[in-house]
Amino acid sequence: MIEIQHFLALSSMLFLIGVFGIFLNRKNVIILLMSIEVILLAVNINFVSFSYFLGDLTGQVFTLFILTVAAAEAAIGLAILVCFFRNKGSIAVEDVNVMKG
Amino acid sequence: MQASGVIFYFFSFIVVFSATLVVVSRNPVHSVLWLILTFFGASGLFILLGAEFLALMLMIVYVGAVAVLFMFVVMMLNINFRDLKSGFTRYLPVGLLIGLVLFVELSLIFGDWIPINFMNGSIQKAVDLELENTKQLGRVLYTDYILYFQLAGIILLIAMIGAIVLTHQRKRAVKRQDVLTQMYRDPERSIELKDIKPGQGL
Repeated sequence: MIEIQHFLALSSMLFLIGVFGIFLNRKNVIILLMSIEVILLAVNINFVSFSYFLGDLTGQVFTLFILTVAAAEAAIGLAILVCFFRNKGSIAVEDVNVMKG
Repeated sequence: MQASGVIFYFFSFIVVFSATLVVVSRNPVHSVLWLILTFFGASGLFILLGAEFLALMLMIVYVGAVAVLFMFVVMMLNINFRDLKSGFTRYLPVGLLIGLVLFVELSLIFGDWIPINFMNGSIQKAVDLELENTKQLGRVLYTDYILYFQLAGIILLIAMIGAIVLTHQRKRAVKRQDVLTQMYRDPERSIELKDIKPGQGL
């Protein structure tokens, strides 16, 4: 029988993988953004599993909003990345501090 | 083991395995493909949890839009990924340390946590088991959460405008219509009459 603990363990594993990815790929912004997507997916799994096991639909509604915000965030992040690459010729995060005014 | 257990372990293995490969893979194109597989696995888990609408949304939004966007950017930018991987081994111990600390914290929480008896009492009434998931979600989304729904739409609009403004570049070579110049142009300054004598040129 699958209990909520199974889902919580899965989502915490996914969260840890995402955090690990942020530390591992500090130079590559594209994989950083993908790690953030993985972290948000872990949060979504948490929300949906609590929604199921509590019998409350609010978690699914929140997941829908997280999905929206994650899509917007990915679009804006990649747009900034393209803009930065045009000016600088690389996407290394260490060079991003030249954007300071 | 029941069928739901088999399905759960199958999909969660896919999710964890492919999420790990997203993080460690050398080529960002492979990372995007593993990310797509991660989202497929997660949508399988969502279907197992009875959230069919969200599962299909996850496929449409992530696999159809976000992953394609990532793939587009990875392929459009001509990046030397060899240099970007250079700090991989340097950052590995720090990442492992942070991961270990977080893991210990989470397992301490798990060790001490006793779940309340789910699916009893009054909170169960929020889900009407007669209706399908999409209809239930629509019933709360357009009534109780209408403000948040509209705000989500505004966020998407702002994100769209922001992405267009950031990435749009004006080409110098292309001739465009300049409305103000057209409006302020008057015949006296733009037409010059010359009286040319017969037999002479200009």
